[in-house]
Amino acid sequence: MSAGDVPRQRTAAERSWTARLRTRAEGALPPEKLLPDRQPAYVASWIYVFGALTIAALITIVASGMVLGLKGPAWWHVTGIGRFFNGIHLWSVELFFFAMVVHLWGKFWMGAWRGGRSLTWVAGAVTFLISIATAFTGYLSQQNFDAQWISTQAKDGLNSVGIGAFFNVTNFGQMYTFHVILLPVAVVLLTAWHVLLVRRNGVVPPYVRALAAERAARAEERA
Amino acid sequence: MMASARDAAPPWRGPYRSYDIVKEVAICLAVVAALATLLTILFSSPDERPSTIAQWSRVQPVDFLTTATAELDGSSDTAGYGPPYNHAATGQVIGPIHLQSWLGVSHPINTAVDYVLAPLATIPNAPALRAQIRQYVAAPPRQRSAWTDAYTKALERAGAHGTAVTVSPAGAGPVAPMMASLLSLAQAGGLDGALLTSRQFYQTDYTKPLLFMADGSLLSDRAEAQHLLGDQWGMMNETGSYPGQVWLWLYTFWYQVEPFKSSDNADALVWALMMLLSLAFVCVPFIPGVRSLPRWIPIYRLIWREHYRSQAGGAAS
Repeated sequence: MSAGDVPRQRTAAERSWTARLRTRAEGALPPEKLLPDRQPAYVASWIYVFGALTIAALITIVASGMVLGLKGPAWWHVTGIGRFFNGIHLWSVELFFFAMVVHLWGKFWMGAWRGGRSLTWVAGAVTFLISIATAFTGYLSQQNFDAQWISTQAKDGLNSVGIGAFFNVTNFGQMYTFHVILLPVAVVLLTAWHVLLVRRNGVVPPYVRALAAERAARAEERA
Repeated sequence: MMASARDAAPPWRGPYRSYDIVKEVAICLAVVAALATLLTILFSSPDERPSTIAQWSRVQPVDFLTTATAELDGSSDTAGYGPPYNHAATGQVIGPIHLQSWLGVSHPINTAVDYVLAPLATIPNAPALRAQIRQYVAAPPRQRSAWTDAYTKALERAGAHGTAVTVSPAGAGPVAPMMASLLSLAQAGGLDGALLTSRQFYQTDYTKPLLFMADGSLLSDRAEAQHLLGDQWGMMNETGSYPGQVWLWLYTFWYQVEPFKSSDNADALVWALMMLLSLAFVCVPFIPGVRSLPRWIPIYRLIWREHYRSQAGGAAS
């Protein structure tokens, strides 16, 4: 065996889990991908704004929800400032869903899962479904007539498929825990994952076939 | 399954343009905060006061007594519900799948004991009431049914004068004075607390009082006035003129059409359908045909119109 055939010893840094995680993260998401200051020229439509609008609405929801949560579930019923923050929370939820649905339809018509981006679509779709559950538990946590009526109506659907056995919509404490901790954390983590996938894979390019057809049409015109 | 080559998206080799992602999110945040503030100032948020058993028993005392008697004789909706509250029924099914009964009784409710007998037993210094409860409990089932039937029939002819009920309960045995005591307890607010009582001091589970009230008419009367009933697109609406949970429109839609509308298994069937549709929604990139829809219906030409225009111009020059 020659000296050149001696297996190279891995350095301490290469054996380190931390260093390997950092290397992998930097490889997948270098700073210029994570926070890009340029995008492909085709990223030039108002439809792209709705993803950012959805995130902005989510930030507003979390911020107003934290104020409501810090003061407790009954606060907004008895103070003007509490009612104001509840209004901000409610309307930012409506704006969140509006922006997310427009974003979703936009991505559907772009075929945004193409080019190895399937997981990005899956993460976004799951986020949408978990967001519905989060908003639903919010309605159940209101401690007013809406909460009473929605819980007594919704229980039948959940009970009919066995979910009611462990997710009891008439148990305020359980619904409040789901609404202020478990589901928001899931939505925020899923949103972060979705955004990181977008940054890693980039924005889906236009359909190539249409491009070819445009070129062929122009070539025919010239001929 | 692999997508067809026509659905592929090769890496971009064309030109780039400058793009400030942080600035875009910051502007969006300002816009959303301003819009939410404006909407709050203009419309605030709905907050209809909740109903209580005390309110129900004062406003609709006959309905309260009728419901309580149904809880006592086991003929109420909750008494005959099945899992997860009791074993009175098998629950809804999806073909051979019996999820409701398979998951069992996790929140047990014995309507006679929980809603009537146990609360009455908490009333202090009432030896006559104790004797009436003992008489009722010791009677054979046929006798108990005869008493509750007689009392229910008497309630059909009963008159309410404010919070008081005038009833002629011939043949109702101890049921009549028991129900009178329960009405007094409820109108004084004692039943709201009694139905929340457990071994714990702190309470968060409102299953028992909510199901009791849902068996009566007060909640549904209020809901009908606010257009919240199932055949009024139900719980996707909200009290007042607010958008509510409009994102539940598809779930609510199925309840408005056959075969779901008239099915005894409507809830289970709608849930099964929605779970299937939700799975399909998540799996759009993997479903042949569906994943090609955007290519067949070229709305993308509008989204990327500048790109295609510039490409066509480039090809022409």
